[in-house]
Amino acid sequence: MSLAPAPSPNLQRFDRIALGAAEQARLTGTLALMLAGIVRAIVKREMDRSELLANLHRMGVKSLPVVVTTALFTGGIMVIQAGPIVERYGAQGLLGWGAGFGTLREIGPLLTALMISGRVGANNTAELGTMAVTEQIDALRALAIDPKSFLVAPRFCAIVTTLLLSTLFADALALFGAAECGWALLGVEPSIFYRGLTSDLLGIGDVLHGLIKSVVFGAVIGLSSCHFGMTTRGGAPGVGRSVNATVVVSAAGIFGLDYLLSFVLQ
Amino acid sequence: MTTGLPSREPLARARPEPRPLRPTLPALLADAAALYATFAQTLYSVMRGRKDRAAVVQQMYEIGNRSLIFVCVVMGFIGMILVFQGGLQTQRVVPDLSGLGAQFLELLVRDLSASICALMLATRVGAGIAAEIGSMVVTEQIDALRMCAADPIDYLVKPRFLASLSMTLVLTVIAGSVAFASGMGAAYAFFGINPRTFVNLSLVDRGDACVGLAKCIAYGGTIPIVSAHAGLTTFGGSAGVGAATTRAVVNSSLAVIALDFVISGLGYLIFGG
Repeated sequence: MSLAPAPSPNLQRFDRIALGAAEQARLTGTLALMLAGIVRAIVKREMDRSELLANLHRMGVKSLPVVVTTALFTGGIMVIQAGPIVERYGAQGLLGWGAGFGTLREIGPLLTALMISGRVGANNTAELGTMAVTEQIDALRALAIDPKSFLVAPRFCAIVTTLLLSTLFADALALFGAAECGWALLGVEPSIFYRGLTSDLLGIGDVLHGLIKSVVFGAVIGLSSCHFGMTTRGGAPGVGRSVNATVVVSAAGIFGLDYLLSFVLQ
Repeated sequence: MTTGLPSREPLARARPEPRPLRPTLPALLADAAALYATFAQTLYSVMRGRKDRAAVVQQMYEIGNRSLIFVCVVMGFIGMILVFQGGLQTQRVVPDLSGLGAQFLELLVRDLSASICALMLATRVGAGIAAEIGSMVVTEQIDALRMCAADPIDYLVKPRFLASLSMTLVLTVIAGSVAFASGMGAAYAFFGINPRTFVNLSLVDRGDACVGLAKCIAYGGTIPIVSAHAGLTTFGGSAGVGAATTRAVVNSSLAVIALDFVISGLGYLIFGG
């Protein structure tokens, strides 16, 4: 009979939680270090410009169909959800305001970020992960090319720019979709909708609020997708695991930071 | 911008080619037909196929239990954000915030609880299903299944379909409760609304519940089918698995948003808000 006490199940559970917290802290620290490295590469003008342009085209221009579809439907959904409130209070003039602040401040940046995270972030991780697994990143190092300035920094900048521009685009399209949908379903004339939108209740501050959020979301997506891609291990299943981790971490980061930013930006 | 890099042509060529993103219309239609065929086959095997309770229960654990923390964290934040932003904006127009809770609850039941939960599941579950089935396709395990006279749809897709159908409903209810509870906390902390005033069921009616339930069922059925279809059509090695995962996440998120639009519109026309 062994004298060592059996580990109590409570302690094991505590250990697991503590280990999980330590893992999260390590991830956050790694991402911060990566951000510092990217900023250094940009400031020292070491970023590869042709890579940046290629990535901007691949990530930004080719995401347009997804962004357009999402934005038009989102606008429609906002109006349908605001519909009963409009009917209950008979406040047709406020429909533009209601759909406007919801879209500009929250739903526009949030849904665009989720779609871009799914399309661009996951793709980016899969690409970098495949390069890591097939040792192409080691090959770059052997050629004395810094992977940070050649691979990571251009992708990070491309994702942030893509998300910022897509959000701006999605805001406008969503409001257009909302106006048309309000006309078709609720019978609110688009002119009344746009008048509600441009009344004193909404200002440039609401647009900026959403755009600042989109820059932060872009940074989260860029950092996590590059990190999980570059640290991929273990062949093809490893690439799948990395992609999954990117998508989950990006989504959790987006929602968590959305909450913090909503406070800070008041 | 001088980096003194050597020619980067070989590296650029070695990079995996992504699937063409602007497919032609016939290709899109063929893809839609194939997706529909997957759906029909899944329904057929649900009706006629063998009963495999162990696989369904295991997938329910994978889809439900393992997404629970993620969904709860996200919905907790969402509840606080929505109440905070909504309250601030409402204060600009009407000073009285006592209806905030009732309005928020109606919105949660009718739309947000199901839709945001489904968007989260589309990223987590969709990516998981596509990556798993996709890597089975690439490593020819699906062909091995066919060799053993086991239908991959019956063997792989059906348990995920059934599990997702049931667990989406469960997760949506939990997600809605978490969001409402965190919204209640936020309303008390920021606007001083008494929780007793906030918990107000007066605006939730039969129509809201029906629309929310319809959304749960639609999302729960769509996400596994779209993702499994993306996984089953994987081609081209490990890069293909990555592309399939991306396609699964994007297509199921788009499907959720489109279904949300359609069901909300229909619900509005049928129940009149």
